[in-house]
Amino acid sequence: MSIPALAIKNLSKEYDGSLAVNDISFTIEPGEIFGLLGPNGAGKSTAINMIGGVSRIGSGTIEVFGFDNQSDSRTTRRMVGVMHQEIVIDNFFTIDQALRFHAGYYGVRDDSAWRQRLIDRLGLKPHLHKVMIKLSGGMKRRFMIAKALIHKPQLLILDEPTAGVDVELRHTLWDFVREINQQGTTILLTTHYLEEAEQMCDRIAIMNHGKLIALEATATLLKELGTRSILVHLQTPIKQLPEDLCCQDAVLDDAGTTLQLTMSANQPTGDLLRHLCDAGLPIADIETRKAGLEEIFLQMTKAGKVET
Amino acid sequence: MNQHQEPPFTSWLPFYTLLQKEVRRFLRVASQTLVTPVITASLYLFIFGATLGERISVLEGFSYAQFVIPGLILMGVINNSFANVASSLFMSRYLGNIVDLLVTPVTPSQFIMAYTLAAMLRGLAVGMVVWLISCLFATLPWAHPLAALGMACLASFLFAQFGIIAAIHADNFDALSMYTNFIILPLIYLGGVFYPISILPPLWAKLSHLNPLFYLIDGFRYALLGVGDLPFIVSFTVVTVMALILFLWAATLITRSHRLRT
Repeated sequence: MSIPALAIKNLSKEYDGSLAVNDISFTIEPGEIFGLLGPNGAGKSTAINMIGGVSRIGSGTIEVFGFDNQSDSRTTRRMVGVMHQEIVIDNFFTIDQALRFHAGYYGVRDDSAWRQRLIDRLGLKPHLHKVMIKLSGGMKRRFMIAKALIHKPQLLILDEPTAGVDVELRHTLWDFVREINQQGTTILLTTHYLEEAEQMCDRIAIMNHGKLIALEATATLLKELGTRSILVHLQTPIKQLPEDLCCQDAVLDDAGTTLQLTMSANQPTGDLLRHLCDAGLPIADIETRKAGLEEIFLQMTKAGKVET
Repeated sequence: MNQHQEPPFTSWLPFYTLLQKEVRRFLRVASQTLVTPVITASLYLFIFGATLGERISVLEGFSYAQFVIPGLILMGVINNSFANVASSLFMSRYLGNIVDLLVTPVTPSQFIMAYTLAAMLRGLAVGMVVWLISCLFATLPWAHPLAALGMACLASFLFAQFGIIAAIHADNFDALSMYTNFIILPLIYLGGVFYPISILPPLWAKLSHLNPLFYLIDGFRYALLGVGDLPFIVSFTVVTVMALILFLWAATLITRSHRLRT
C-alpha cells in the first residue's frame, strides 16, 4: 500500500474559544484530485493553513508523504505548494523576479525550462517584467499559481483558485491542473464552484462548522446522496393527487396536468412508473433531472447547521 | 513518470534568496531608504558643522563638528537598520504576503539572519555615506578604527533586532511609528549625540546612564575620537549584552509568536 500524499489525523484548531477545525481525519492518495468543500467559515482555509505551515496545529497530526509536518517541517514544506485564497503578492517586484525568489526560498536553483513552461502555460509572458502592482486581478491569480508550482511540489494545494476570475482563466487553470495531475502531482483543492469540484475531483470531503460531514468518491456522493427531480406530464388534468402519492412529497400544478416528485438517486424509476400506473394516472411524458453536487452540498451543510 | 520529481535542495539558498530580496527591496526605493537619510544627516552636519558648531565647544581639543559627527553617523546607522526591517516585515504582515515565507522551508534562524543582515547593510551604507559627507566639515582621528567598525555593526545589529520586535508586536502603522517617535528618537537625542553627558548636572548625568543609547554613542565616539565619558570596555560590554537580549527576544518571537504563525 502506498504512503498517502496527505494523512490528517484528529486535526483540531481553536480560535478565540471556538473550534475552527474540529477533529477531522482524512487521507489523500498520491495522484488524486481531492476536493475540500464547505460554506464560508467551515474551516477549510484553517485546515489548509495548518497543512501549509502558516498556522500551528492545535492538536492532531499532519503527514505529507509519510513525513510529519511538525518534526519534519522543512521536508514537508518542500513537498507542498500552496496557492492561497487571498491575493498575496509583493508589490516591489516583477513576476520574473518574484518567481526566482520563490524558487530560492524553497532551496531550489532556478530551473529556467520549468519556469518558462509555467510562464507560457499560464499566459504570463507579456507581463513578465511588470511590477505586481500594475497587474490585473486575473494576472495576479495566474502568477500565484505559477508561484505555488515553481518548486515542483508533489502536493499542490489550491484554496479557491477560481474565486472572482474570468471564464478564460478558469479553463486555463483547470486544464493545467489536470495536466500536472496526470504527470503525478497530487491536488487538494477548495472551490465555491461546485460544478468544478464535480468535474475535477476524484473524491470530495465536505466540511461544516469545523467538522467533516462527508467524505466520498465524487461519483458515490452524487449517487448515494443525490436526488432526482421527476416531472410527470398527464394527458388529462386531474383534480387531486391519489392519496398514496401525497406521502411522496408529490406536488400537482394548478392546471392539474403536471406532477412533480423527488426521488433518491438509487431508487429505480420503474417502481415509480408502476406506482403511477397503478394509481390510474394518464401519463403523457416524464422528465427527470439529477441533482448535482450543489444540491447535495446545500442539503448537507443545512443539516449540519441544525446539528450544531 | 512523475515529471515533478523533487529537485535538489540547497540548504543555504533560502537564506541567500531572502537576503537578496530584502537588499533589492531597499535598493528599489533608494530615494526613500538611502538618499533621504543622507540628506537629513547632511543638514545636521551643515547646521552643527558649518554654522552653530563654530560657536560651540564641548570637548577640549575637538571642534563641535568633530564631536557631533560620530553621533550623527550612528543616528543614520540606528534609524535605517531599524526602519529597514520594521517596515519590510510589518508590511509583509500587514499585506499578508508573509505567508509566502511561512509556507517555505526558510528556517527561523535563516529568517532572522537575512532580515538582520539586510538591515545592517542599509544602516552601515547610510552611516558610511554620512561619514564621507562629514569629511567636508571635519576630519576625524579614527583613534580605534576596528572598535568603531565593531560598534557600528553592533548598533545596526541591535536595532535590526528591535525592528523585528516592533514589526511583530505592532498591529498598525500608528503602533509602528510609536517605536520610532517615542522610543528611538528620544533615546538618541538624550543619549549624547549633541552633548557630552559630563556637562550635564549630576542628576541628569546619572539618569543618562539608564539610556542604553548613551553606551552605544559614547563607545562609538571613543573609537573615533579616542575620548569618551566611559571606558570603551564598559560601553562595548553593555551594548553587546543588550544586543544579545534583543536577539533572544526577536528569535523567540520569530519561532513562537502567534502574531507571525497563527
